[in-house]
Amino acid sequence: MLHFILRRLLLLIPVIVGLTIIMFAIARLLPGDPVALAAGPNATQAEIASLAVEYGLDKPIWVQYGNYVAGLMHGDLGTSLLTRRPVAADIKAYLPATLELVFAAMFIAVVVGIPLGLITAVWRNRWPDYLAQVGAIGAISMPRFFLGLLLQLCFAMWLMWLPLGGRLPIVVIPPRFVTGFLTIDSLIAGNWNAFFMSLRHLALPAIAMSLSPLATIMRMMRASTIEVMQQDYVMTARALGLPQRKIITKYVARNAVSATLTVIGLYFGWLLGGTVLVETVFDWPGLGLYATKAIVSQDMMPVIGVALVIGLLFVFANLVIDLLYGVINPKVRYS
Amino acid sequence: MTQPLLSIRDLHLRMSSFDGRAHVLNGINLTVNRGEIWGLVGESGCGKSLTGLSVSRLQPTPPAHYTAGEILLEGHDLLKLSQAEMQRLRGKRIGMIFQDPTTNLNPAFRIGDQLVDVALAAAERDPDVIGCSPNAGRRERRQAARKLAGEMLARVGIPNALARLNDYPHQFSGGMRQRVLIAMALIGRPDLLIADEPTTALDVSVQAQILELIKNSVKDFDMGVVLITHNLGVVAQTCSHVAVMYAGNIVESGPVAAVIGNPVHPYTRALMSAIPTRETRRGELRGLAGSVPNLITPPPGCRFAPRCQFAQPACTAAMPTPVSVGDSHAAACIRVNEMEALVDD
Repeated sequence: MLHFILRRLLLLIPVIVGLTIIMFAIARLLPGDPVALAAGPNATQAEIASLAVEYGLDKPIWVQYGNYVAGLMHGDLGTSLLTRRPVAADIKAYLPATLELVFAAMFIAVVVGIPLGLITAVWRNRWPDYLAQVGAIGAISMPRFFLGLLLQLCFAMWLMWLPLGGRLPIVVIPPRFVTGFLTIDSLIAGNWNAFFMSLRHLALPAIAMSLSPLATIMRMMRASTIEVMQQDYVMTARALGLPQRKIITKYVARNAVSATLTVIGLYFGWLLGGTVLVETVFDWPGLGLYATKAIVSQDMMPVIGVALVIGLLFVFANLVIDLLYGVINPKVRYS
Repeated sequence: MTQPLLSIRDLHLRMSSFDGRAHVLNGINLTVNRGEIWGLVGESGCGKSLTGLSVSRLQPTPPAHYTAGEILLEGHDLLKLSQAEMQRLRGKRIGMIFQDPTTNLNPAFRIGDQLVDVALAAAERDPDVIGCSPNAGRRERRQAARKLAGEMLARVGIPNALARLNDYPHQFSGGMRQRVLIAMALIGRPDLLIADEPTTALDVSVQAQILELIKNSVKDFDMGVVLITHNLGVVAQTCSHVAVMYAGNIVESGPVAAVIGNPVHPYTRALMSAIPTRETRRGELRGLAGSVPNLITPPPGCRFAPRCQFAQPACTAAMPTPVSVGDSHAAACIRVNEMEALVDD
């Protein structure tokens, strides 16, 4: 077990090397001069040159890369040309917002998608199934930002049940930073008001993000449930008098979930990299917004840093999924 | 005399398919008493498994459709029960064992949990199963069921039974898994056990042990057993009675010694002569010419007539009814009484 985890963590090294090399190459290939852009429109040639020296951008690219990797060893992700702040500090400030959003969206997708998949499989080719399938096609095919706009229009503008955007109202003092997740931090601080406020702010963007993984998880779960229901052991369970409800919710569900786990892991990475549009629509101060601003101003250090962090999180997420396989399917655990 | 445990009377089953309606079971009659082990033998597709599934009502309807007949379990017609009522009988009064022990246990759960669930489901109907009052708490009932699961495992011959309750199915060998499945089928103390090819997937040495186990369980639990198989050797070794099926009919039935020792139906005789003996020389395996008839448009009269070496024009006129040829030994053939003379020729 420990051996397995260690081996998977070693896999992170080639991921890091690959990501940084690709990102550095792209940074070099891009047209335009990021240093001039950062120095501002009125900067003299000398000022631009001194800025380049200050950030080590005058050196050949392999020296820059060497310096970057050396910095990486002790957690230094370089410095942003634009904000003039360490990228690591920026990411620490923005990442929790994105993670909170992604976790919330995945939570909704799993908690709703898996039971729906079971239900539609049991009621397949009858009206609950048709209804859910039509809904799923709609959810998958609708762009997330558009869905976000619709949700805002409906729940924030017309019904006024939920706030339009942001993480907390300005008047609410955010809880002390522990995890960076406002919901969890306000619970730790015992601040119920802040907890409910942050939950209300989280709701719409999380729903907007959750619908397409939810629909995919539901369809996967439906397909694998139908397959599992035809297994011999389900017949045996019926033949020995187990109630249908128990067969479905216990015996079938656990076997069907393991096929769905893969999708959950992949979607986690996909959501992490794809928060930008939802963050823009909901004014959510996350990694997506941060990376977009950096890309637009050709500020490469934050872009590389964000890519690296998302890559690492993706590998971690899939490691967790692989461990969960073992929990659900004992055969994997022992071999 | 008391009511027989299981009495299938004139059971007709039609199966809808794209090609039309197949008359899959065509008037099955079978009576099983406690203490009897009935072997149900026949070729693939003759309806023997379907007969077993019909008793537990596990055959989905549609595509299946029972057009006539009744299945009486101690006098109560199972075909008249709802699926919810049937569910309460399954596991409690009717136990089942299937062919492949590798696929019939749920791979994701410890076998202890699977046994406990079956015991608890059976206890819903009869609290005596786990020896616990129905008012007992959940935990107490689970504990009692678990104790029973350990006892059952030990009883079916699994060494170190209590510890093995915590194992997963893949940690058992094929023969051991079939023992676990037998324990699961017996834990609710059923009156009737239906074993559908329980040894087909096992190798011969294990097969004998499993058959012995089933045989002993009949004495211990005072059950009746329907053992579905295509292996006449298994029947001879295990069963007290045998019913030979061909294309949806029982063509010959009776005590094993009578049917195997003195088969009178041409189909049974053909089956018997297909078994290689010591005298059979290499390359001399004898089969039965022709193939199973199409059940959508079955041949008129006796369904075996097209393959029967003794067939006469009269055979295709009407479905033959069983003719008694001895002590509860009967065969559905109009030439039964001429058979000895015919064979001697």
